[in-house]
Amino acid sequence: MSVDGCGAPAGGAPVSAAKDAGTQAVVQGHVTQNGAAVPVGYARLLNSGGEFVAEVPLGEDGGFRFFAAPGSWTLRVLAPGNVRAERVVSADIGKITELEVAV
Amino acid sequence: MSRSDVLVDADWVEAHGGDPGVVLVEVDEDTSAYDKGHIRNAVKIDWKADLQDPVRRDFVDKAGFEALLSERGISNDDTVILYGGNNNWFAAYAYWYFRLYGHNNVKLLDGGRKKWELESRELVTDVPQRAKTEYHAQEQDKAIRAFRDEVIAAIGRDNLVDVRSPDEFAGRLLAPAHLPQEQAQRGGHIPTAKNVPWSKAAEEDGTFKSDDALRTLYGDEAGVDFGRETIAYCRIGERSAHTWFVLHELLGQPNVKNYDGSWTEYGSLVGVPIEVGDGK
Repeated sequence: MSVDGCGAPAGGAPVSAAKDAGTQAVVQGHVTQNGAAVPVGYARLLNSGGEFVAEVPLGEDGGFRFFAAPGSWTLRVLAPGNVRAERVVSADIGKITELEVAV
Repeated sequence: MSRSDVLVDADWVEAHGGDPGVVLVEVDEDTSAYDKGHIRNAVKIDWKADLQDPVRRDFVDKAGFEALLSERGISNDDTVILYGGNNNWFAAYAYWYFRLYGHNNVKLLDGGRKKWELESRELVTDVPQRAKTEYHAQEQDKAIRAFRDEVIAAIGRDNLVDVRSPDEFAGRLLAPAHLPQEQAQRGGHIPTAKNVPWSKAAEEDGTFKSDDALRTLYGDEAGVDFGRETIAYCRIGERSAHTWFVLHELLGQPNVKNYDGSWTEYGSLVGVPIEVGDGK
C-alpha cells in the first residue's frame, strides 16, 4: 500500500522492514472470539475526546495496526452479529503498543 | 434531488443488482478485498490503476475514461451503483468522477462494503463477464472540481471545509492514523478552513446521517455559510469527495467543489499561508 493513497489496508499498513516503530507511535493487535481470529470486522481508533480518527478492516488473522500520536486512545471493534468491544490504550513515539481484544 | 436519486440500500442491491441496465461497481484503492469476495455481479475499478494518470498527477483523460468504462461493459444508459471499503471514500470519489465526466445516472450503496459485511450478506468470487460497450464521456465539469489557485483565492472569502481528522487538521498527524506518518508536506490546514471530519457525516456502520443531522452539523455547528461557495479538501481528495457528496448531492448545495489536490498538494506549495492548531 502506497502512502500516496489514503486507503486502509486490511490489518493495517506494515510498520517497516526493520520491524521497528522508529518515529511512529504504533498501536496494533488482534481480535479473537473464543480463541479464534475474527477475520471480518473493523477496528476504529478514537481520540481522547471520543472523536473518530481512523478505521481499518481486520486482517485475515484478526489483526489491526494504527500509526497514532503520543497519548491516550480508544480502540473500538465492530464485527458481524452486532459485536462491539472497546479498549483504552496509550501510545508513545518509538513504541509498538500491543493489544489483544477478545470479543 | 432526494436521497433515493443518489443512494440505494443493501436490500435494493440484493433485489436489483442483476437487473439489465444496472451495473454494480466496487471501487477501492486496494482491490484485494474485491478479489477475496464482492457483491454478486459487481465489476471492480481500481482507484489508482484505473482512475489516475500513470505519469502526471491527474485523472485519466476523457478518452481514458471512455476506454475504461467501455472495457468494463458500462454503457451511457446504465444505472451505475458504486460501493467500496473505507466507508465508501473511494466509491464517493468515483461517484464525483463519474459526474465530472457527465455520467449522471449513478448512485452509492449506502454503508458500502462495511455495512454489507457487518450484516453478513453474500459475497462471491465469480467475476461477471460483461460485453464491451462504446462509452462516450462528456468534457470534465469544472463546476465541481477545484484547483489550487481557486483554493488560495477562497481563503477568507468562501467556505473551506477540511474533512480530515482533528489531529491532521491541527498538524499533529500528517496522514490518517492507519498510515505511517512519514510525509514530505508541512502539517496544518488552509487558513479560515472549518474542520468537519468526514466521519461526522457517517454513522458507525458507514451509512450517511439524516439530512437534518447533516444540515445541523455543517450549518449550525461548523458555521458553514450555505449562501457561499464551498470547497472541500482532505489529503488526496477521496474523503472530501465523501463530503462533496453530502453537501452537493444529499443537501443539494449548488456551488460545492472538491479540491482533489488537497493537502498533499497544498501542504507542499511554496509560499502559501498555513495555520496549525485545533479548529476554532
